[in-house]
Amino acid sequence: MRDVLSPGADPAILAPPAPAPAVPKIRMRGVRKAFGPKQVLDGVDLDVAAGHSVVILGGSGSGKSVTIKCILGLIQPDEGVIEVDGRDVLHMSRREREALGDRIGMLFQNGALFDSLPVWENVCFKLLAQKRITRARARDKAAEVLAQVGLAGSVGDLSPAELSGGMQKRVALARAIAAQPDIIFFDEPTTGLDPIMGAVIDGLIVDCVKRLGATAVSITHDMASARRIGDTAAMLHKGHIVWNGPAAALGHTGNALVDQFANGEREGPIQMELRK
Amino acid sequence: MDSLILDPLAALGRATLAACRTVGGVALFALEAISHLLRPPFYWRLFWRAFVEIAWFSLPVVALTAIFTGMVLALQSYTGFARFNAQSTIASVVVISLTRELGPVLAALMVAGRIGASFAAEIGTMRVTDQIDALTTLSTNPMKYLVAPRILAAVIALPLLVLVADILGVMGGWLIGTYKLGFVSVAYLKSTFDFMQAEDVISGLVKAAAFGFVIALMGTWCGYNSKGGAQGVGGATTTAVVVSSILILALDYVLTEAFFAR
Repeated sequence: MRDVLSPGADPAILAPPAPAPAVPKIRMRGVRKAFGPKQVLDGVDLDVAAGHSVVILGGSGSGKSVTIKCILGLIQPDEGVIEVDGRDVLHMSRREREALGDRIGMLFQNGALFDSLPVWENVCFKLLAQKRITRARARDKAAEVLAQVGLAGSVGDLSPAELSGGMQKRVALARAIAAQPDIIFFDEPTTGLDPIMGAVIDGLIVDCVKRLGATAVSITHDMASARRIGDTAAMLHKGHIVWNGPAAALGHTGNALVDQFANGEREGPIQMELRK
Repeated sequence: MDSLILDPLAALGRATLAACRTVGGVALFALEAISHLLRPPFYWRLFWRAFVEIAWFSLPVVALTAIFTGMVLALQSYTGFARFNAQSTIASVVVISLTRELGPVLAALMVAGRIGASFAAEIGTMRVTDQIDALTTLSTNPMKYLVAPRILAAVIALPLLVLVADILGVMGGWLIGTYKLGFVSVAYLKSTFDFMQAEDVISGLVKAAAFGFVIALMGTWCGYNSKGGAQGVGGATTTAVVVSSILILALDYVLTEAFFAR
């Protein structure tokens, strides 16, 4: 056998291997989904690199939520491929799907906190469900995670109904990160919050994502929030991604659709659909 | 002209297909719920919470219904049977009617109103506020967490409630029989126990378990499949109560036929 480390070795063999193309953390190709006659997703293509934060933009009813629900497995697309770490999630077994779900966190638009459970149980719900923690330990763990989102441990004993909108978002964020997921989805995290609280929540999201080293996918139509949260942004319009680029460029991308949307202009290529 | 004939036929066809789809959906939902009862994990805390909600908190309404039903039954039987000089059979009429029919059916209808509506409203609200989707993202199967414990709790709690209803109903009949209609207490009770058979009580308890299954199934199914906002949840709640009440009465006939038709 030839010694590849000897001085006489073939230089071609000694050369470092060409870097393999990085597998995106999340990859969507040609994803289509219709609800009755309405084609909501019409061939969505999207790559999300590991450790990156992507913001999906789009008008109301453009299919942003449907897109992330397809990735999460909450909605089955009609066609297309969705891969996480190079594995096709649409054809996974139930067990594989559950294992993948264990690595994913999600912050829902309205928080979706469980009314029947106190805050501490909401925060540690996943850890308790996976039996990674005892109920006795869960209270301390919840206080720990609540502190990360700027809430006092005493909040853990309250019911979600006793919290303000901003506090509910923080608790929902705490719940999304408690199990230390490596992919986190944020569905309109600042909707319904005042601008200052919106900025606070955005700051917490950025901190949490960086601390965990997670990949984040957020959907929003709040441009300030999109610029703060996202490394990159993608614009969903009429069922497919029409633009993909750095979030900092939003508003001056050169794409008429994106610029109109980002600047909130009335005139432009996007016309509000009126029901006839 | 064609449309005059075809449109109603098309509407009938659509309605039939929708009905088949619904029946199939409920059947698959029921099978999935049962399969989750047979596979771990099982949420005992949720089972216990649902059991207490059904068995303990439904007790007052079921007890009052049973007592007054027993009292009315004794009074009506007395006035009716007096025409044939058959007043002495009141005790047996009361006990047989209550254990075979009125105990299970009335208790189930009361529980359908209380629990079926509560299940549909709670799960329906969870559906429209994304809490059910949140369960999935938190590594928890919503069927296993929300549906299976409630169904098991209702199947166990209903027979216990019916047992209490049977006892209280007979007691109601005895109260009227002895204090108003002039029966001797010991004779009334002796007549009650002489005519009561184990088969009467057991058939009533089996019916109760079946009714409990129907109530929990329809409550959870309507809630689980509710759409829209408050209106959708309200519609799911109404449907759960109406459909489970009708199914209780229909199932009562089927089970009575199975138990007593010779």
